[in-house]
Amino acid sequence: MSTLARVTAITRAESLILRRNRWLVMATLIMVAFALALTFAGSAPTGTLGVDMLTVSVTSMTTLAVYLIPLLALLMSFDAVVGEADRGSLGLLLSYPASRAEILAGKALAHLTALTIACVVGFGVAGVAAAIAGGVSAESLMALLRLMATSVILGAVFIALGYLVSSLASSSAAAAGMAAALWLVFVVLYDLALLASVVIDGDGMFTRHIFPWVMTANPADAFRLWNIAGAEGVAMAAGMSGVADSLPKWAAPVSLVLWPVMAFFAARFAFRRLEP
Amino acid sequence: MTVLSCREVTKFRGKTPVLSSVSLDVEDGARIALLGHNGAGKSTLIKIILGLTALSEGKIEICGHAPGSTQARADVAYLPEAVAFPNALTGREILNMFGALSGHKGLDSGALLDRVGLSEAADARVKTYSKGMRQRLGLAQVLIGQPRLALLDEPTSGLDPVSRYDLYAIIDELAAQGTAVLIASHALTEVEARTDRIAILRKGELVADDTLANLAATAGLHTTVRVRASETLVADRIAAQTGGARINGTSVEIHCGPDQKMGTLQALFEGGTDVADIDITPPGLEELYRYYSGRLS
Repeated sequence: MSTLARVTAITRAESLILRRNRWLVMATLIMVAFALALTFAGSAPTGTLGVDMLTVSVTSMTTLAVYLIPLLALLMSFDAVVGEADRGSLGLLLSYPASRAEILAGKALAHLTALTIACVVGFGVAGVAAAIAGGVSAESLMALLRLMATSVILGAVFIALGYLVSSLASSSAAAAGMAAALWLVFVVLYDLALLASVVIDGDGMFTRHIFPWVMTANPADAFRLWNIAGAEGVAMAAGMSGVADSLPKWAAPVSLVLWPVMAFFAARFAFRRLEP
Repeated sequence: MTVLSCREVTKFRGKTPVLSSVSLDVEDGARIALLGHNGAGKSTLIKIILGLTALSEGKIEICGHAPGSTQARADVAYLPEAVAFPNALTGREILNMFGALSGHKGLDSGALLDRVGLSEAADARVKTYSKGMRQRLGLAQVLIGQPRLALLDEPTSGLDPVSRYDLYAIIDELAAQGTAVLIASHALTEVEARTDRIAILRKGELVADDTLANLAATAGLHTTVRVRASETLVADRIAAQTGGARINGTSVEIHCGPDQKMGTLQALFEGGTDVADIDITPPGLEELYRYYSGRLS
């Protein structure tokens, strides 16, 4: 009769659903395919930069993850609340003694586990392939593990944001539209806007002092910065050491860890206001 | 003991009242039919009792607890209208999930599925279920852990006659166990034999709340007696004596009020072998419902 038992019950059911509707297999296959393709397509600069192949692979996969992880996370989560409301199963679920936070937590655990499996398998397979083909070091192995861990946190951000739009939207279609808009803003438009302001400002006050902070505030960029600042080789390969150096080491990790927590509370707030 | 107590429950959507000052008590073991047109407020009242919708004024208690509180939700079972479940799960998995959610970890889901006649489909995915099977699964989750109050919204919709009969047998068992059962329905004729009391909602107002017999007496509704006579001439004579109407062949249809019924029947029996057959139809819920729901207009 405890919170744990109720959360576990939801997680078990949602995990079964993800397995049966082939979500887990599809997400994992997508990750493996893209990670392998990028690893071998991007392996050319190994010699010129003087880093091993796994480092270059992690750099490529970091760029890939910024696009792919939020997309997979939102696809998995946008229908979680409004879908049940549309089908008519939400009212029954809410009549049971599980709080709305427990329901969201149960779904989040299942979705996050699926995403973790996809990341670990996808990045893992590509990492092993790169290590076999072009060498490995303690540092590049660390970078790979960091990439996996931060990808899961990035996924958690967008899973929670998906629940938020799912609780606010009036239909599945509206939720899908809102999820697409979120992805576009966080992954594409935000960076474009920043780039434009830097171009206009030149080497002014904004570029040197404000820009790195504004950039870190976006979870997708925080993810990128954390992975790049973490490993010198990766930073060199990505050519982004400039921004990474101008911020204290804790900035990107703090931003990335705070985001899923804030997004989850926002989703819970929206879900609580929902009348099925 | 009063399981559900609604006091002056009022609900506004914008400025329009959806429910106005509804007071209703349901005791343990009672079967109450909640009747009304679409939009009369039945589903809204159920959602308020479940705590899914906030009430504007008034007070509701479920065994002394506020609607939507953890204790109230543990005491209440709910069967929504056109119940739906995740398609990818099996009936057994769904019952196990609901069992765990309501704190019954070692739930015997097999026995519950057996009780509602789903044991053969227990391990098939809900996607393959017919509408009637989904409804049965919905009923199975109502039975989890002997609830204090069961709220059934249109439980017979989509059921064939045999399934309907099974459903009412299960409702009777629930009530015999002490569960208070509130059945929202517009399947009028089915509810009448199976409920202890009938409450009628009309445009958000409770216009009746009594036993069928009392409601019928108050409304002064007519019993219909249909007589088949041995031959046409006799039929003409009976029609003249009782003031009935001649209908096809040798039959006569007589409408009599509550106080004339026995007198009419006695007169018929005095005719001896002239009468071949008699059908008596008591005032139907249909007419009753029309009387009470139309009275205020």
